[in-house]
This record gives sequence, C-alpha cells and structure tokens, in this order.
Amino acid sequence: MTAIPGPPTRLSVADLRGSAARRRRETAVRLAFMAAASLSIVISLLIILSLVGEAWNFVSSVDLALLVERGWFPRRDLFGIPTIVSGTLLVAGIGMLVATPLGLGAAIYLSEYASPRARRTIKPVLEVLAGIPSVVLGYFALQVISPTVVDPICPGATEQFNMAAAGIGVGILITPLVASVAEDAMYAVPRSLREASYGLGARKRTTSLRVVFPAAISGIVAALILGLSRGIGETMVVSIAAGATGGSLFSVNPCAPGQTMTAAMTALATGSDQVRGASLAFPSLFFVGLLLFAFTLTLNLIADRFVRRFRVRY
Amino acid sequence: MAATPRSQAVTAAEAVRRSLEGAGRTDWRSVAFQAVLVLLLVLTLGILAWLLAVVFVNGTPVLLERGTEFLTSPLASQPDRAGVGQAIQGSLMLMAFVALLSFPLGIGAAVYLEEYAADTAFTRFVNTVVRNLAGVPSIVYGLLGLAVFVVALGDVVGPGPASGRSLLAGGLTMAILVLPIVIITSGEALRAVPGSIREAAFGVGATRWEVVRSHVLPYAAPGIFTGTILSMARAFGETAPLILVGAVIGGFNVRYDSVLEQLQGRYTALPTTVYDWARKPASFEGNVYAAIVVLIAVLLVVNALAIYLRNRFERRW
Repeated sequence: MTAIPGPPTRLSVADLRGSAARRRRETAVRLAFMAAASLSIVISLLIILSLVGEAWNFVSSVDLALLVERGWFPRRDLFGIPTIVSGTLLVAGIGMLVATPLGLGAAIYLSEYASPRARRTIKPVLEVLAGIPSVVLGYFALQVISPTVVDPICPGATEQFNMAAAGIGVGILITPLVASVAEDAMYAVPRSLREASYGLGARKRTTSLRVVFPAAISGIVAALILGLSRGIGETMVVSIAAGATGGSLFSVNPCAPGQTMTAAMTALATGSDQVRGASLAFPSLFFVGLLLFAFTLTLNLIADRFVRRFRVRY
Repeated sequence: MAATPRSQAVTAAEAVRRSLEGAGRTDWRSVAFQAVLVLLLVLTLGILAWLLAVVFVNGTPVLLERGTEFLTSPLASQPDRAGVGQAIQGSLMLMAFVALLSFPLGIGAAVYLEEYAADTAFTRFVNTVVRNLAGVPSIVYGLLGLAVFVVALGDVVGPGPASGRSLLAGGLTMAILVLPIVIITSGEALRAVPGSIREAAFGVGATRWEVVRSHVLPYAAPGIFTGTILSMARAFGETAPLILVGAVIGGFNVRYDSVLEQLQGRYTALPTTVYDWARKPASFEGNVYAAIVVLIAVLLVVNALAIYLRNRFERRW
C-alpha cells in the first residue's frame, strides 16, 4: 500500500504576494500613473491661479466706472465690458441660429432615417467638417460668406467685416458638434420605444418627433448648450471676420463690425508687440479671460448635468 | 354556420390593409418632413464642399506656380517671396512636443483612472476636472501659457531676444491643451476592453501592471492610437493659444546653432501664418489660400489615417 500523501505544504500570504522586487515595481508604476492623473488637477489650479491673479491686479487698479463704459478701447484705458459681452452673445446667438437647425436636422436624419450604409459614409464626412481649423473658417467667413450671404441680406452698403458673417462662420464650426452629441443621444434611445410607437400605428415622422426626440431631450439640450459654449469660446473666426481690431463702440447691429471677448484678447496680444509693457492692457487680458472661463465653465457644467440625466435613464 | 362567409372576410382584410396604408393616400407631411431633413443635411455637407472648393480653386494655382519654393521659403513681407517653410517646421516641432509630452502623460492618466483607481470621491473629482478641462476654450490655455511659461518662467524657456515667447513655451502650452482630449479618448478605448480579458490574466497570477501592459493596452491600442492622432490634428490646426504665447507674426530671420537654442528661440506655425496673412492686403490672398491648402491637406491625410485605423482594427466583443 502506498502512503497517502500528506497535506500540501501550507501557502502563506507572503508566498502569494510574489517577490519584493515585483511589488516595488507595482508600486512605482502605480504612483507614476497616479501622478499623471493628478496633473490635470495641477493644470486646472494653474489656469485658475493665473487668471485670478492678473484679473485681481486689473480690478484693483482700474477705475471700476470704466468697466461699464459704452466702448472697448483698452489702449485708451476704456474697458467697456458690456460691449464685448454683448458682441460675444450676438455672435454666439447667430451661430446657434445656424447650428441648431443644421445640427439637429443632421442628427434626426442620421439616427432615424439613414441606412446603416449612409450613416457610415456621412458620419466621417461630418468629422472632417469638425476637423477644419477655425482660422480657415474665419477666412471663408470673411472672403465668401460676408459678400455672398450677408451683403444681400443687410440693408445698404455693408462692411466686409461684420458680426453676422462671423456668427455664421461660428455656426458652421459648431454644427458638427451639435449634430454628433444630439445624434448620440437619439441613437441611445432603446429600440423598444420605437417599436411600441410603431405598434400603435404611428408613422416614422410621429415616432421620431413625438417619441425619440422627447426621450432624448436632455441629450439634445446638452448638445445645444455645448454648442453655445463652444461658440462663446470660439476665437479665430471672430478675430478674422468680425473686424474692429483696435476697439469698438457698443453695438448690437449684426451688419456692423464688432468685438467679442475672444477677439478682444487676440487683438490685445497682436496689436502691439509688447503686451507686457502696456499699462492695464496686459492684466485686462486676464480679466476678460476669467470672464470667458466662468461663462463656458457654467455652460459646460449645466450640459454635463443634462448628459448625466439621460445616461441614468436608460 | 361555422365558417364566416368568404366575401366578408376579404372585405375585413381589405379594410385593415387600407387603413394601415392610409387608404392609398400619400402622407405629404411625412414626405415634407423627410425632405426638410435631407435638405438640412445636404446644406451642411454642401457648405463643406463649398469651402473646400473655394480653398482649392484659389490655392492650387499659387502652389503649382511656386511649387516647392513656397513650401520652403521663410516668412517675408512681399507675397511673391513669402512661403511656409518656417511655419511647417514650427508646426512639426510643436507636434513633437505634443507627442512626447501629452501622449505618455495622457495615456498614463487614463490607465490610472480606468484600471487602477477605485470609484472614490477623488477619482470622480479627477474625472470631472478632466471633462471640464476639455471644454475650456483654447484661448484660455493661451492665457495659462502666457502667465506661466512666457512671464513667470520666461528666463528659463526663452532667455534673450525671444523674451519668453519661445518654441518651448508654445510647445508646452500645446501639450497641456491636448492633454485632456488624450485622457478622454484613451479612457474610452480602455473601457471598451472587456473585463474577461483582465480576469483571465489575473487568474494566471499576473500583477495589475502586467495585466495592463500585456493585455489591456495591446487590445486598446488601435482606439488609443486613433484618439491620439486626432488630438494631434487638433493641435495642428489650433491658432488662438499660439497667438497669445507669441508665435511670430510677421517675419524673423535667425539661424539656430543648437537644438537648445532653437527651443528657446522664436518660432511660427502654419495656422498662425494663415491668420497673419489673412490680415494683410489683398495681394496676399493667393498665399493665404495656398497655405490653407497645405494645412487642410495635412489634416485630411491625418484624419483619413485615423478613420482607416479605426475601421481596420475596430473589434466588437
């Protein structure tokens, strides 16, 4: 009779842990990755600190009455914040007027009507449009949109530089973003909802507009808010096509040149070779930047809320 | 009496069929709705076609006429002598910064967030921060670069004539700008790798790093690659932050003796050159379009490469 083998050698926790060198390497790798992830917090802090620091310099040394002056001429120490804020909202608003129908139309078509084959071809083309640099769209807005689209609409002789052309350019730029976020939201609506609607005898149009669209509404709202946020932060289209590089009087006429927050910043950075030297011009750059940052951050946070809501639902 | 009269059954079926078909009438409102949708889509794609047509019709003659001389000439004040040589060189070097800094840091951060971190308040906070950083307008990154690299660290990144506005400052700003995009796209690629792959590797005794290195990263590589290529394209076309951190507008003529000198020296980039020429008199119009053709050609090739890679390696689990 062979002996029954005894109990196996007992494994201790130390045996399962592996060698010390292996554990040390694990810890080192983990810490390196963690450092990389924490870098994004450092960057955010740097952004906030650099914006707030210089903006504070500006606010504490400027005569606050100058901030509500009806004109933006930083080199003459006139910092009419309402001028550039209204310009920004006007341009972004025109952009939304263009991007909302185009983007939502494309989204509904791609999500509800297009064959899988058409989807596969059209989506990459929209991505190409999304990849066109904003300088290029700015020049297109100035050279093509302004004379062929804006000029016939605006009464009288229109300047080539105007806020309407810039707004349309911004709208073209944000259309792919609106389309893609809204399409994602509608595509994520479960099939069963569509089938229930068809089962009740609804048409495709009714199903798209009365079932899918409302079910995806929070994602669609998020798409529009993100588009608006992008439009407010868009710089190059406005810098090139809206004119008014030196400064601007308060104006909400889309057919006239105007200034936005972003364009005011590039104008300050390129207007003279030494932004650093000019008295309050340099800190004013950061004050406008802080304002812009606050605007877009608020909009992005609201959009995030909406997106999360529609994700939870299904 | 058991069977229904045949003639009656036919009329009932007919009635149902008719009512489902809308009694043979076309629903014009549905047709109109679909027509509007198609029209909007065609309009969007038409604008893209229009833009590309305008650019290529105006740009290619200049490119054909001047040939490689346009691609190698430096910036100049006369349109027939100005070229994009320095701009292309500067843009390529900015890309190198993005590739060397943002890719390892961004992919590392994504690996930490997706593979290592537990669902703690800290992780959720970092995720929120990354998402919000991706939504910050690019010009604000320019302000960050201006305050931190050009002004605060100016003597380090660009001593001498560049007064802080050096290639190093521009490259670091660009790297920070695309970092959140790299983190987000890499994170999506990592999340698409199914858990069973990880569990199989853990099951045979691999450590977490071994799991990530030998299993998760290879499977996620095509997705990560696509995302990083697209973020590169984004950086290639980005203008606003470079204007703030002082890419040269106008012209400069320096010969650099060493790499360090070039890093600390002045530079320009393709999109900032387009912006500069766009503000010049109409005689520069041909140059602007030619430079845009070069810019768009590079971006189209890069985008096509990314889309090809995605379709080639796309995998459904």
